[in-house]
Amino acid sequence: MAYVNSAVKKKDYKALVTGKPVFVDDLAPKDCLIVKLLRSPHAHAKILSIRKDIAMKVPGIEAIFTYEDVPQKRYTQAGQTYPEPSPYDRLILDPLLRFVGDPVAIVAGQTEEAVDRALKMIKVEYEVLEPILDFRKSKDNPILIHPEDNWVANCPVGADNKRNLCAHDDMGVGDVEAVLADCDIVVEETYHTKANQQAMMETFRTYCYLDVYSRLNVVGSTQIAFHVRRILSNALGIPKSKIRVIKPRIGGGFGAKQTAVCEVYPAFVTWMTGKPSKLIFSRYETQIASSPRHEMEVTVRVGANKDGFIRAIDLYTLSNTGAYGEHGPTTVGLSGHKSIPLYGKTEAFRFHYDVVYSNVMSAGAYRGYGATQGIFALESAVDELAHKLKIDPVKIREMNMVCEGQIMPAYYNEHLRSCALDRCMARAKEMMNWDEKYPCRDMGNGKVRGVGVAMSMQGSGISNVDVGSVTLKVNDDGFYTMSIGAADMGTGCDTTLAQIAADCLGCDIDDIAVFGVDTDSSPYDSGSYASSTAYVTGGATIKACESLKKRILKEASRFLEVSDEELEFDGKEVYVANAPEKYISMRDLANKSMCFSNNALEVTESNSQPVSPPPFMVGMAEVEIDMETGAIELIDYVGVVDCGTPLNPALVKVQTEGGLGQGIGMALYEDVIYNEKGVNLTNSFMQYKIPTRLDVGTIRVELESSYEPTGPFGAKSIGEVVINTPSPAIANAVYNATKVRIRELPITAEKIAKGMGRF
Amino acid sequence: MKLTLWLNDKKVQDEIAPDMMLLDYVRSKGCYSVKCGCETTNCGLCTVWVDGKPMLSCCIPAARMEGRRVTTLEGLQKEAEEFGKFLAEQGGEQCGFCSPGFIMNVLAMVRELKNPTLDEIKEYLSGNLCRCTGYMSQLRAIENFIAYKKEKGEL
Repeated sequence: MAYVNSAVKKKDYKALVTGKPVFVDDLAPKDCLIVKLLRSPHAHAKILSIRKDIAMKVPGIEAIFTYEDVPQKRYTQAGQTYPEPSPYDRLILDPLLRFVGDPVAIVAGQTEEAVDRALKMIKVEYEVLEPILDFRKSKDNPILIHPEDNWVANCPVGADNKRNLCAHDDMGVGDVEAVLADCDIVVEETYHTKANQQAMMETFRTYCYLDVYSRLNVVGSTQIAFHVRRILSNALGIPKSKIRVIKPRIGGGFGAKQTAVCEVYPAFVTWMTGKPSKLIFSRYETQIASSPRHEMEVTVRVGANKDGFIRAIDLYTLSNTGAYGEHGPTTVGLSGHKSIPLYGKTEAFRFHYDVVYSNVMSAGAYRGYGATQGIFALESAVDELAHKLKIDPVKIREMNMVCEGQIMPAYYNEHLRSCALDRCMARAKEMMNWDEKYPCRDMGNGKVRGVGVAMSMQGSGISNVDVGSVTLKVNDDGFYTMSIGAADMGTGCDTTLAQIAADCLGCDIDDIAVFGVDTDSSPYDSGSYASSTAYVTGGATIKACESLKKRILKEASRFLEVSDEELEFDGKEVYVANAPEKYISMRDLANKSMCFSNNALEVTESNSQPVSPPPFMVGMAEVEIDMETGAIELIDYVGVVDCGTPLNPALVKVQTEGGLGQGIGMALYEDVIYNEKGVNLTNSFMQYKIPTRLDVGTIRVELESSYEPTGPFGAKSIGEVVINTPSPAIANAVYNATKVRIRELPITAEKIAKGMGRF
Repeated sequence: MKLTLWLNDKKVQDEIAPDMMLLDYVRSKGCYSVKCGCETTNCGLCTVWVDGKPMLSCCIPAARMEGRRVTTLEGLQKEAEEFGKFLAEQGGEQCGFCSPGFIMNVLAMVRELKNPTLDEIKEYLSGNLCRCTGYMSQLRAIENFIAYKKEKGEL
């Protein structure tokens, strides 16, 4: 292995660090129409009348569309494999408005000034309705957020729009009530996680044009090019054959761009007018009308015997999907399926949930995808259990953690083939110097430092669903082109997949040109989400290399006049195994294959897996609390990860540090806040603060790798598992410093001071 | 209104709207490295140099640049690539959307501060947000870069 497991620089790094025009708005045609949206000022309202005639008179205005102009079939903007579990509950424009920011009209014009003027001149008369702003009051509320009869749930997810229910389920193994009744101790608490913004640096954006064949070309900042094609077809009511979606470089996604947040609007404009158009969301729009993390309230009952062996877990999640159901039925599943299995010795578990609509912006996919919320709850509850039993929180986890070789009933009965969670814990403990620092140290200046621990898991793609594909082609002189449908959104998969291919083909990584994503020419890929790319598309890369090698041998047998079974390929030459002096160089083979050949040196292979091997992580936080004011400072954060073989250790490390940074923001201050009318108050980076380099303390990351036998070169995923530990680890550290248990994020100085009885 | 300025060492004359922001102006001149991340001067993505000092172009009217020297990453390609290699060795560019603004400030910092401490580096660059990396890789890259420049006698 020359490239796998080495810190290869990203193939696109030069263009990125020199600021080349490689992002959507750098590439958009200069003459394209500017598209903007008029948005609802009310959380819940009906449009009684809407007049656009005056606005249309603004010079330079090309088109204004209202609900009267758009198709009447509902669709979802969630990027998921068909049939999507998310309900079809949207229209491009709807006369019923469901949150402050819901689109009322689409305006397209030649200049931004003209569009801004026209937006102010559209006259709308609203009937203001009472909103549901507290998601705890939504289920079976007489106020219905989706009263419409053409609302469709494509999958049996327990949804009922006449009850404001986006999903419901109840499952388990064993008799939880009986086991809990038999336990020496049961901890029951409710934990509340908030909506958070992904806050990728590049906001949502798309440009569109009709090509020479009158097909709609959509260039968007998306993680899900193929799903966007279906979403646009559904929304616009046009055949998929008329649509092509292209992804250039993306300025971060973190799940936000697993929803087609902005694509439909310029696509509709270009389809209707025939003219190129672009929609660039402002940060304001990206804060108020996008796809943040689902707010969840998680009630945990965890039962153990007095020695600390955890015997049963009952977890109930209430999830807030907001105005629309994007990713609602699926994110909630991870709150149980990716928390409960961390504790491998339980005799019984139950996991039940409700996902409800409310009049705030629709939630969506955000790194961690529900696991983050569930793990905050369960990892807090287990800490509470440890303290009640007077057992070290590290010890109780060591006693109960899932181990390699186990079957995981709460994780679809998967067999755990690779797990270094025990080693992660041991190493984190050393790095943090846990035994000396636990529970806290009085610094003698009114400040106390406490330490806290948490564990985390995620998956590697969606088992039995996700598809990754790779097309490999031999070109002149023997260089390869590699087409992928997975979206590199900064994660570096264009590079890591090329590392795999270069090792499989025995070539230089510079001999592999990577291309993606274009729905017309890339092989099908579900997209870059659910921590799938390294594991799923990585597997497809190996398959494609094996297949291509067979073609290469077959081609060589034509020139060497020996059967391909007698040939070997070392990346540079194909030679006769027992007569190595008879060979043809790859360069000659490639060039000769372009003359009088009936054997295409091009293959496509797909990969889908029946399992989703979990990566694991242990996080430990050291915080310093001002005992007078409750002010909290993160001093040190230690993360030790098992992602199987790290395909590129530098990129794995950055993913981990970055995920921890986001998780620290979620733990300490990030919170999407609405006022009593449903107006989003965190509508810019002035109010919604993400961590700066002064806020993250010291993040120290190490790897403890297991080897996943079903993964490419033993790899599992890394992208999401890394965001789950900060909230519980920091909450647990705060408890150890202050004896104040924070069960609602974010963990602010005010909450800590209040907990300490300071006011 | 008329505007005359030096953009990446080239004299440029233009007719501009009085309310045009410098960010929109430099992008209209093909300087696409300059990005908008927030429109409220919180993210640092739109950092350019005005007479050699880093400034946030999203909230400076272009009209104020009369007679000034404006530099974007397009005018610092060699230096960007030199530092960028250190960044890429750590994987610290990630999505790359914040890289140009960040690198503008790193290059300004190494001109302005002699032997910056870790705290001074963090403080100088605190206005450059990055959502991908958690910042640690960038710090490693800067330390390696400074060590390299010192070794070459360029700092």
